[in-house]
Amino acid sequence: MSTATTPIEHAVPPQSGPRALIHRLRHGDEVAHLVTLTFAALILLITSLLVFELWMGSAPTRGKFGFTFFWSHVWDPIGGDFGAIPFIYGTLVTSLLALLIAVPLGLAAAVFLAELAPRKMSDTIAFLIDLLAAVPSVIYGLLGIFVVVPLMRTTIGPALKHTLGFLPLFKGPNYGVGFLTASLVLVIMVVPFIISVSREVLLTVPREQREAALGLGATRWEATWKVVVPWARTGIMGSVFLALARALGETMAVTMVIGNDPKIRESLFAPGYTIAAVIANEFNEATSDLHRSALIELGLVLFLITFILNGMARLLMAATERGGGHNG
Amino acid sequence: MRKTLVVLSLLFASAAAANAQSVLLNAAGATFPAPIYSKWFDVYHTAHSGVQINYQAIGSGAGKAQLTAGTVDFGASDMPMTDDELAKMKVKALHFPTVLGAVVPTYNIPGVSGDLNFSQKALAGIYLGSITKWNDPEIAKANPSVKLPADDIVVVHRSDGSGTSFIWTDFLSKVSPDWKSKVGAGTSPNWPVGLGGKGNDGVMGLVKQTPDSIGYVELIYAMSQKIPYGAVQNASGKYLKADLAGVSAAAAGAAKEMPEDFRVSITNAPGAASYPISSFTWLLIPSHFDDTGKEQAVKGFLIWMLADGQGYNEQLQYAKLPPAVVAKEKKALSLIK
Repeated sequence: MSTATTPIEHAVPPQSGPRALIHRLRHGDEVAHLVTLTFAALILLITSLLVFELWMGSAPTRGKFGFTFFWSHVWDPIGGDFGAIPFIYGTLVTSLLALLIAVPLGLAAAVFLAELAPRKMSDTIAFLIDLLAAVPSVIYGLLGIFVVVPLMRTTIGPALKHTLGFLPLFKGPNYGVGFLTASLVLVIMVVPFIISVSREVLLTVPREQREAALGLGATRWEATWKVVVPWARTGIMGSVFLALARALGETMAVTMVIGNDPKIRESLFAPGYTIAAVIANEFNEATSDLHRSALIELGLVLFLITFILNGMARLLMAATERGGGHNG
Repeated sequence: MRKTLVVLSLLFASAAAANAQSVLLNAAGATFPAPIYSKWFDVYHTAHSGVQINYQAIGSGAGKAQLTAGTVDFGASDMPMTDDELAKMKVKALHFPTVLGAVVPTYNIPGVSGDLNFSQKALAGIYLGSITKWNDPEIAKANPSVKLPADDIVVVHRSDGSGTSFIWTDFLSKVSPDWKSKVGAGTSPNWPVGLGGKGNDGVMGLVKQTPDSIGYVELIYAMSQKIPYGAVQNASGKYLKADLAGVSAAAAGAAKEMPEDFRVSITNAPGAASYPISSFTWLLIPSHFDDTGKEQAVKGFLIWMLADGQGYNEQLQYAKLPPAVVAKEKKALSLIK
């Protein structure tokens, strides 16, 4: 950084008084450097403070249960016995299932908007999608309760049972609320993120790339999937992370439709529970210190899950880049 | 410019003068009595402009925690503080019952209209998961004139920690030894079966949408939303549909054995007219105020609440305190020092 500031120091001979200050502010490289550095450091500070607070706040349960907290099935605030596995399971199942449905959907829509649709139509739809991304999650929860839950009970559920009912995934009573309903609501919530970001990234792919591919005799389909999408891969992955982060941490909409029952069941129709949902539901009325501490430790676990999933995704990205293809 | 300054400074001066005589009290806690508390604090402020009370409805547990931390002047809770909780407080809290509430079972069974009767055993069995069909003999024998379907019961409970769940599970603990040993009473119990809905609305939404379901909501919520609800068997064996008179009767029934600190559960209270799933809700008042102005203001409000304040209860669908309890609370005011 000193190399960057040296020329200015040469250009401005040392002065004293207000003139010097004004000068330094006008050519404010140093000031800007300091200010931006401070803000960047703040992010580190906030993250470490967050972990520190969660760590300290969860001391009672960490001391009492140790690692068994991770795989115990019991969640009994009255008896003072706590385990995280049903919540970890619910969080992972709903988020990953949501991504499984949302990524192909969102990516296909983004490709259409960026590559095939007329520019005017693409811009209008993109504007609407950005609006969707800004809708508060409680609204999606209401949509879930009034539309997705009844649909699940009367149409989607019975149809799945009829066709795929032999799989354990689609067995058992269908109440309308449960893992699958929560995932579907999450799909509706994260698809706008994937479309919006992926479309922007696809639009930045240089024209020459497409033209070169078409010039070599590729069809439009081949040009899109073999040249444009790989070029934009990093950005698309970024949109998927964003979607995953939103799905993992989503609280309100999920708690309204998942049934809030901390049990692990293989059926996707069964009610479940997620980490974010149980914290929102129980923290206010957590009367014992141990109960509060258990909820805080769940927060720590959620942080850890986000950390691990993001790390894994980054590794995956690095691996695919090394494996050839273009770095976008 | 100068004129505005003069006006502004006059405004500030008068505001400061008003502040000098007025007392501002901050309180926080239970959401269930929040509508009547806001009404009371508002009416009281109109009559006594020197006292202003801010109430934050953040939940009973949070109210207790804030009072213990000393961030509010007094708290409010739907369940009494435990001995452990009291032991942690620097200044001990006194419990003052303010109004009464009740919890009612509500259900949605296609083809069944009219009120159902629920025996104590039936409710405990349904929520324990040992009674799974609507035509179970335990339900059927209390409803001889109703044709109940042979369908599975879908149990709905609150997912958020709540005083309503506490009252419900407190009742189940008293009437079923099985429930007491397996689950117990609390704001977020480890439910053996069922789906969780957030808030009264969440429970009601699930019950309305799910055929063959049963849930529980606050009486005041059921009355304001005109939701049909069932009758519950009380300690004398009679089936009662909850109403304000039945709830007050439960309080009167329990008043005879009221402990000095008012920490009492009145679920399954004695008396043929007592609705069994009733409860007091309490204000938690510190036994000592450093600020005498605040002490006088709180005492003044409590005296008014026990007399005139009770007159506002029934228009907001809360049951009145029985006279015996009011008399006892008036005596307890002298404990605030």
